[in-house]
Amino acid sequence: MDSEDEVNSVVSSVDVGMDDDDSSVDFGADSDVEIDDHYQDDAAFETQEKDLMPKKKAFEVDYRVYSPEDIQKQQDKQVAEVSTLLEQPHEITAILLRFGRWNKERLIEKYMDNQEEVLDKAGLGQDVYKSPPRIDPPRIFTCDICCEDGPHESFALKCGHRFCVTCYRQYLFQKIRGEGEAARIKCPGDGCNRVIDTKSLDLLVTSDLTDRYHELLMRTYVDDKENLKWCPAPNCVYAVECGVKKRDLNKVVPTVQCDCHHSFCFGCTLADHQPCPCSLVRRWLKKCEDDSETANWISANTKECPRCHSTIEKNGGCNHMTCRKCRHEFCWMCMGVWSEHGTSWYNCNRYEEKSGLDARDAQARSRQSLERYLHYYNRYANHEQSARLDKDIYHKTEKKMTLLQGASGMSWIEVQYLEEASRSLQQCRQTLKWTYAFAYYLARNNMTEIFEDNQKDLEMAVENLSEMFEKPTDQLAALKVEMMDKTTYCNRRRVILLDDTAKRLKDEQWEFNVELS
Amino acid sequence: MAANKRIMKELGDVNTNPPPGCKITTKDEDIYNWDVSMDGPDDSIYKGGKFTIAIVLPKEYPFKPPTLSFRTKIYHPNVTNDDRGAMCLGMLRAEEWKPPNKIADVLKLVRAVLSAPQPDDAVEAGIADQFKNDRKGFDKTAQDWVKKYAK
Repeated sequence: MDSEDEVNSVVSSVDVGMDDDDSSVDFGADSDVEIDDHYQDDAAFETQEKDLMPKKKAFEVDYRVYSPEDIQKQQDKQVAEVSTLLEQPHEITAILLRFGRWNKERLIEKYMDNQEEVLDKAGLGQDVYKSPPRIDPPRIFTCDICCEDGPHESFALKCGHRFCVTCYRQYLFQKIRGEGEAARIKCPGDGCNRVIDTKSLDLLVTSDLTDRYHELLMRTYVDDKENLKWCPAPNCVYAVECGVKKRDLNKVVPTVQCDCHHSFCFGCTLADHQPCPCSLVRRWLKKCEDDSETANWISANTKECPRCHSTIEKNGGCNHMTCRKCRHEFCWMCMGVWSEHGTSWYNCNRYEEKSGLDARDAQARSRQSLERYLHYYNRYANHEQSARLDKDIYHKTEKKMTLLQGASGMSWIEVQYLEEASRSLQQCRQTLKWTYAFAYYLARNNMTEIFEDNQKDLEMAVENLSEMFEKPTDQLAALKVEMMDKTTYCNRRRVILLDDTAKRLKDEQWEFNVELS
Repeated sequence: MAANKRIMKELGDVNTNPPPGCKITTKDEDIYNWDVSMDGPDDSIYKGGKFTIAIVLPKEYPFKPPTLSFRTKIYHPNVTNDDRGAMCLGMLRAEEWKPPNKIADVLKLVRAVLSAPQPDDAVEAGIADQFKNDRKGFDKTAQDWVKKYAK
């Protein structure tokens, strides 16, 4: 297993000590205990490996995995800290931090600079309340939402916009369940920008919504932090922290492994795609999916948010788009920032003409290069399929291991080499698959040849091991040493290829036939 | 249902005290589908025109905004130039809509936008561009369309 001993090493291109990197210091003492244990477990493994492999590998990055409890603790801790500094109660501080997208330094600075403005912009008005929120007892008044006179229970924030509790709850239901909002729900009052704080929400939200609300709050926290991402594996609840910044993604492929064992790229959250950088992966996948119905629909009906790359479907007439996830406002036509856009309509018109031209050009080019593409695609697809088949093998491995234990009298620990081999196969195929996408975009020169040699060596190693794996069970015991050697060799070839590619990527030595976007 | 009472009250209010230049009817007692006949505001180039606007209240109303579409073709930067004739501006956007907002407020907004188009928040970029840079040409087409479609 390569990635488990990677936790300690750092890729030098990763910026350490950037302004918002403070969070690595913030993580609670409680969670440190677990993590330290984890490091110690790996320590023995690592020293053993160090003799065989170069100490520092260019394709590895520093990261940590957090459970939902850790994340909650992080939030609470930061709220508590900032709360003391700003001399504000926790609820208010939490709203301020969410408003400032959890960038503590900038928030504190701005707050110290102009307290009133920050409070106002965060939807907190100028007065800060001291008394806890409460639902007021029934009385007669006309609720401006349902137009009923009551008597009914009512609620109002400090801004004084009073509505009956039924309407208030319905409003929150619509925002939370219908629109997936949590951190920035405003008072229902006409034109009022006051944000509803957590305490008031807890008071009003019905029990069936509470879980969803807290889930959404948690989600905004992780979504807002550039150095945190959810593990994309289905049903996985962990989040991963990694310091690699978006702007570094053309120089590093930050691959992390979650505690659920899923390996993924921190940059784009797709499954491990080393050595191919994210922008090429995006390009490649788009290209490969061009034929499928879904892809056609997506390209016809959706665009990606220019800021966070979420896929967006336009479902109304307006060109003024607001990304649900990152709140980025842009123009659907030219994808430009909306605020800059208002006064320069020329951008929009010119874009239409140019994009039409580009689209036609692109089509012509893609036909010419179809043959070249198919060469790489077939190999890419082959490894993808083989990896799937290897996965079947992986499931059969356990059975084989049990059989082998019975047939050869070997102990459980002695048959572990089969699992090692199986894992190594899958990992290497994953890497090989992406080497073909990478190679497709490489401009031809001397370095390309070195890359292709490395690719060939890994491919041979993988096919050799894969072949052995298919031998009947009764022969497997005799092949143990050979199989272990081949596994080690595969892993080593993979490391060599990844290390070389990552180094050159970091130093911007590769020449591509497309722009890295 | 609470929403019914609210909608009935709104209907009552707009019938006794309709927003200027507006006449409101509902289709076959269906209080979620409103038909509005709106006169082009006197201070606008749409003066003299009569515009039919369909307003559909979502079942979540008033917690979600109504949708509005011009059934009469109109040359305007804030109205989509297609068979929907959609307008989504200000309080008509889900992020900005607040439950106390009323249809009457929406109609007032529509009239204000007819009088003063908002090219910086347009749905028709070409029309917005013309509005800003070739006001005469814009006025002419808009008035031609009024004669052609809104009489």
